[in-house]
Amino acid sequence: MIMGFWRGKRRVASVTLAAAVLMGLSGCASTEPDTEAAASSSEGKTVELSLVAYSTPQAAFEEIIAAFQQTDAGKNVKFTQSYGGSGDQSRAVEAGLPADFVMFSLETDMTRLVDAGMVDAGWNSDEQKGMITDSTVALVTRKGNPEGIKDWSDLTKKGVEVITPNPFASGGARWNLMAGYGAQVTNGASEAEGEQYLADLLANVPVQDESARASLQTFTGGKGDVLIGYENEAIFAQQNGQDIDYVVPDSTILIENPAAITSTTKHPKEAQAFLDFVHGEEAQKIFAENGYRPVVEGADTAGQDFPEPTGLFTIDDLGGWDEVATKFFDADKGIVTDIERNLGVSVEK
Amino acid sequence: MTSTNPAGAGVSLLPRATPAPPATPKRRPLHGSGQAIGLGFVVLYLSLIVLIPLAAVVAKGQENGFSGFWKAVTTPEAASTLKLTIGASLVVALINAVMGTLIAWVLVRERVPGRALLDALIDLPFALPTIVAGLALLTVYGTQSPVGLDIAYTRLAVVVALLFVTLPFVVRTVQPVLLELDTEMEQAAASLGAGPATIFFRIVLPNIVPAIAAGTALSFARAMSEFGSTVLISGNLPFKTQVASVHIFNQLEGDNLAGAAAVSTVLLVVSLVVLVALDLLQRWAARRG
Amino acid sequence: MRPALKGVALLYLTFLLVIPVTLIFYRTFENGIQPVIDGLTDPATIHAFQITAVVAFWAVIANTIFGVTTAILLVRHDFRGKRVLNALIDLPLAVSPVIVGLALILVYGSTTGIGQTLSGIGVKVIFSIPGMVMATIFVCIPLVVRAVAPVLEEIGDDQEQAAATLGAGPVQTFLRITLPSIRGALAYGVVLALARSLGEYGAVAVVSGRLVGRTQTVTLLVQERYLNFDQETAYACALLLVVTAVLALIVSRLLAPKEITR
Repeated sequence: MIMGFWRGKRRVASVTLAAAVLMGLSGCASTEPDTEAAASSSEGKTVELSLVAYSTPQAAFEEIIAAFQQTDAGKNVKFTQSYGGSGDQSRAVEAGLPADFVMFSLETDMTRLVDAGMVDAGWNSDEQKGMITDSTVALVTRKGNPEGIKDWSDLTKKGVEVITPNPFASGGARWNLMAGYGAQVTNGASEAEGEQYLADLLANVPVQDESARASLQTFTGGKGDVLIGYENEAIFAQQNGQDIDYVVPDSTILIENPAAITSTTKHPKEAQAFLDFVHGEEAQKIFAENGYRPVVEGADTAGQDFPEPTGLFTIDDLGGWDEVATKFFDADKGIVTDIERNLGVSVEK
Repeated sequence: MTSTNPAGAGVSLLPRATPAPPATPKRRPLHGSGQAIGLGFVVLYLSLIVLIPLAAVVAKGQENGFSGFWKAVTTPEAASTLKLTIGASLVVALINAVMGTLIAWVLVRERVPGRALLDALIDLPFALPTIVAGLALLTVYGTQSPVGLDIAYTRLAVVVALLFVTLPFVVRTVQPVLLELDTEMEQAAASLGAGPATIFFRIVLPNIVPAIAAGTALSFARAMSEFGSTVLISGNLPFKTQVASVHIFNQLEGDNLAGAAAVSTVLLVVSLVVLVALDLLQRWAARRG
Repeated sequence: MRPALKGVALLYLTFLLVIPVTLIFYRTFENGIQPVIDGLTDPATIHAFQITAVVAFWAVIANTIFGVTTAILLVRHDFRGKRVLNALIDLPLAVSPVIVGLALILVYGSTTGIGQTLSGIGVKVIFSIPGMVMATIFVCIPLVVRAVAPVLEEIGDDQEQAAATLGAGPVQTFLRITLPSIRGALAYGVVLALARSLGEYGAVAVVSGRLVGRTQTVTLLVQERYLNFDQETAYACALLLVVTAVLALIVSRLLAPKEITR
């Protein structure tokens, strides 16, 4: 009994020691802003801006922020950054995640915040309509394109495995599907034929990942013959050593990614300065280096080869996201919902 | 002879195989400020962290009234994912009941090289982030499988992922019981000519059934909720390999909070039913023994 | 018959557990040790480990206190609603991680009454460390209870009763007799809770806000690094988590008396 008691005491001591160590570590990891500031100026208070964006522009923003902090407007500004799925991030801001500057993949994610009163309704009244980067939907293939994929019609051939994410979880998937649909419809097909194309396309999809990036991983991991994805994702993958090629089909959709400052920001001046910087030449060039198409006319494309598809169309040509989201992706009555159900029913049998 | 089991599901019954009447731990009725404080703390803790948040989810699911709830739960997608999830979880729970017991037996009674390490590894699925588990399984059993087994993007893959994350449960509930089991009766039976199968089914098994039941309940509950590892390896095809937690995720992404909450409520209710059922099974086994 | 059964068990374990885990090791060091070191010494990685340590520490402490209290209540006491309590303990296992985050936000988010009251007194729950601790506690709730309760049951309360008749008060009895008698099971339960806290992703992801360097745990980092084609860092971090958990488990087994292992 005495022995047991002393052993217990030793254990208490060691647990306390471990606790002290962890507390020490926790002291270093406090959630207060770092006091070792990136801001160098001694006058002027340090301002902290919170940037919340979807996942793919992370690399670009890290560089852009560093460049911004070299300018006069940015030298007293520190940033917290958060990246994740576009929908997730938008919902997080709606639920109270502090944000001064937001950027999403789909306009509907921005509209959610407008409806919640967190972004001014006039966010898209500028020249670029609130967008800060463009891209297109491309067809990503294995290096050397062994299957000879060139166009949308190749994707519905028998035996071709197409990778695209789940359109009910991923904004990227919606761009993909509307690109395919739009390519039919803007070239003379009727709406019914366009819908049939989508049905044929989805029948060739063996895997539906939860996000665009995850589907890229699935493809580079060896599954599928072709991946539908953002052009900037394909460039990103190539820059990270993945063995892929991509084709921008003649008819494809222009992907436009919206950004805005929030109406709840406590630092509107600095936030606007950052937004202006993001529209500026230097930032647009950084975006280009990371595979995005600049939105500003005449911006430096940093040597990237951005082919100009002859049949480029936008989501507005198909009715705009609000209408498309309801018509195609409504959970009960959407066209794609119906297609998935019909496919599923036949598959389940 | 087994002691009464007041602690219910999840607690392994430690049998006393001796013929002497077991010393029943006395149960003190709850009185006195110490016990009241303890109970108050426990209830408060559970309420703040589990009960109130879950109640909020259930309430959210009722936001559109019962018809809204029913509709969200009976859409073809929801129905399909619920069937797949409950079905796969039942299969996994049963496999675990058998394999978990077998593994526990081997670890306790057999000599195995590297047994200590293997024993420690059993708990690994607890520590592994689900994405890593999914990645590891995908690499081993996917398109680039080094062992030549490509089962990715099938229902079988869902089962394999679930088996991985639920591996420890039955093993860990059965092991302590097997360790405590007095082998006298088994030896007596053997000396009377009983074969190993008879000994196992007539003598050992009745003593470990409550532990197996407890572990099976836990693994069922866990399988129902698994998300990360199944997403990667199952391919997530609607109506084919999409599990309920992924469906819930999709509903959230589509801003259909009420729908997501409704399906979650169904998962909770089913799990609760299974937990209670297995708890009753334990009590019945205890009284029989 | 017996060797065959033994073989089946070992084969099952090999294919389900050993091969995948070995693969993690392999994938981590596939390109040599330098990328691993680079990945682990990156500031974002170090922050992530600190944040994980803080969250896991508080979650484990809270759950240990809860677990021991609940185990004693369930085993040594009778009260109305005991069976309900017992069934509720295991329920968190059945909750999808996606829902855990949602549930906490529904109650403690800054748009709710409770959330606003709390932020009024300067306490941020969601998108901050406290929310992450709560999410982690949620998923670990059964672990300590279920490790300790069987042992309490097995030991019986004879010694505690003896101490009471000799005049020891409840606190003394608890500290001198109950606690030492369950220390092995308690250590095991604590280590399991620790391992689970280190590895939780889904529930924490939703409530964390994914603030790089502030609320990004190692599991969130693993996910993000993997998706950014930085496999080495992702696997290295995952491996470190796993090694920590395994070491803790082995240590707990060495400390544990016979009721856990032979």
